[in-house]
Amino acid sequence: MPEKMILFSGSSSVGKTAVLRRLLPYLKEHGHTPMVCKIDCLCSEDAALYCSLGIHAVSGLSQDICPDHFLVSNLPELLAHANRHACGLLFIETAGLCHRCSPATEHSISGCVLDCTASFHTPARLGPMLTQADFLVLTKIDMISQAELELVRGQLNRINPGAVLFPIDGLAGYGIEPLGDWLLSLPDCKSFENDRLRHSMPAGVCSYCVGETRVGGLFQQGVVGKIEFGDDL
Amino acid sequence: MNTLTILPGHARDGAPETFEALSLKPGEILAVVGNTGSGKSRLIKDIEQLVGRDSVTGRLILLDGARIAPANRLLVSDRLVAHLSQNMRFVLDVTVAEFLRLHCLCRDKAANLPASVIALANTITPEPILPGNSLNLLSGGQSRALMIADIAMVCDSPIVLIDELENAGIDKKRAFGLLADSGKLILIVTHDPHTALMASRRIILEGGAIVRILERSKEEALLSGELDRSYERQRALQQRMRKGERLI
Ligand SMILES: Nc1ncnc2c1ncn2[C@@H]1O[C@H](COP(=O)(O)OP(=O)(O)OP(=O)(O)O)[C@@H](O)[C@H]1O
Ligand SMILES: [Mg+2]
Repeated sequence: MPEKMILFSGSSSVGKTAVLRRLLPYLKEHGHTPMVCKIDCLCSEDAALYCSLGIHAVSGLSQDICPDHFLVSNLPELLAHANRHACGLLFIETAGLCHRCSPATEHSISGCVLDCTASFHTPARLGPMLTQADFLVLTKIDMISQAELELVRGQLNRINPGAVLFPIDGLAGYGIEPLGDWLLSLPDCKSFENDRLRHSMPAGVCSYCVGETRVGGLFQQGVVGKIEFGDDL
Repeated sequence: MNTLTILPGHARDGAPETFEALSLKPGEILAVVGNTGSGKSRLIKDIEQLVGRDSVTGRLILLDGARIAPANRLLVSDRLVAHLSQNMRFVLDVTVAEFLRLHCLCRDKAANLPASVIALANTITPEPILPGNSLNLLSGGQSRALMIADIAMVCDSPIVLIDELENAGIDKKRAFGLLADSGKLILIVTHDPHTALMASRRIILEGGAIVRILERSKEEALLSGELDRSYERQRALQQRMRKGERLI
């Protein structure tokens, strides 16, 4: 089985791939064998990019299923795959969907990638993907002022004080070395048996989860939530 | 911090830089000059990030002769380096007051400091900045003025990196006066000879590489006074023009 399972989650286009395409060759140079699984909804060209760097990569398209649920359902198979290919480091890159879920498990090393040019208010909205991460990667640091970067770091520190923070300039590769060294310094996971999600996924299967398209009370079945307006008659 | 040393990397085409080690000391002002795209901003960034051969230039920065461990760089840089980047805009969606409150919090500064920072910024920009303004909607000149006041009052770091002062319509001489506390090491990127001659040495960049380091000569020091008089004249004319007056 792999030594480590490392999760890179973060919204679309925050720079997950830009970081990994620098980090994985760095780990390879240091004698490790990383592989990546890219989880996406509809399509992804990233696997081809990793392969062109000489890194084993697979992609999983969740299609109609929530990508976080899809990922958790595929973990045993992914670990077995990494094992068959003798890859000691299994990286999983996922964009998630609504950021209410987090596919982080207790045995994984869970990282959240954030774009520091995005809204200052984004991190507070991210939920368990951010609050329960072991490490945070801040991308596009070359685009903001030093003072603003300090503010963003301070805010992340308040939201998740335990996480280790890595500011990275993915284009130049600045900041990759500390991240790689830190990941390697963590103890290996001896066994992936009896792993558990760190945070349960949202309750509910409703008619829309299984393909209903019609709008209206008649078609709503299963677990259905309603807004409380406070001015109901 | 007693010395900051820059060790050579390579030009954009990969050719090694030819200078030996370049050592800089507190109290010194250096100008960084060169064509647009020659790598001036990158050099400044290398210093801010205390790079260890892991930036595009391959340069190595030493503090008091020692490399900074990658894991400590951020903290050391926070403590020692203030960087006024070339960026003329803020990006974050917070108010000016919130920005300053949080920045003072990061730097353990008094809670009443933000009002003084805004007041100072308003001495170098003619259009006043208000605490309730959105940070990312400030004009270029207002942003610049606030960045400068923030560096002068909130950061108070021994190394100050300034990436161009001239192009924001603010009073560059006054702005420089705010930042250039004696005893600090100051590097200023400029396209302007008047600014460049405020420095005792200038670093010349070309093709991404440091190609020359020049001391200011006696003749240049004299020229500096002349350029200063013409700067003052230019400023006075600019003010009248802005007020809608005849220039002559
Ligand atoms: N030694 C180098 N090797 C490779 N790329 C470099 C090197 N030095 C600089 N660059 C890159 O070249 C580009 C232009 O450099 P930079 O922005 O520093 O120019 P500049 O002198 O500040 O220009 P301007 O006067 O327009 O501000 C940047 O993308 C920078 O990262
Ligand atoms: Mg520049």
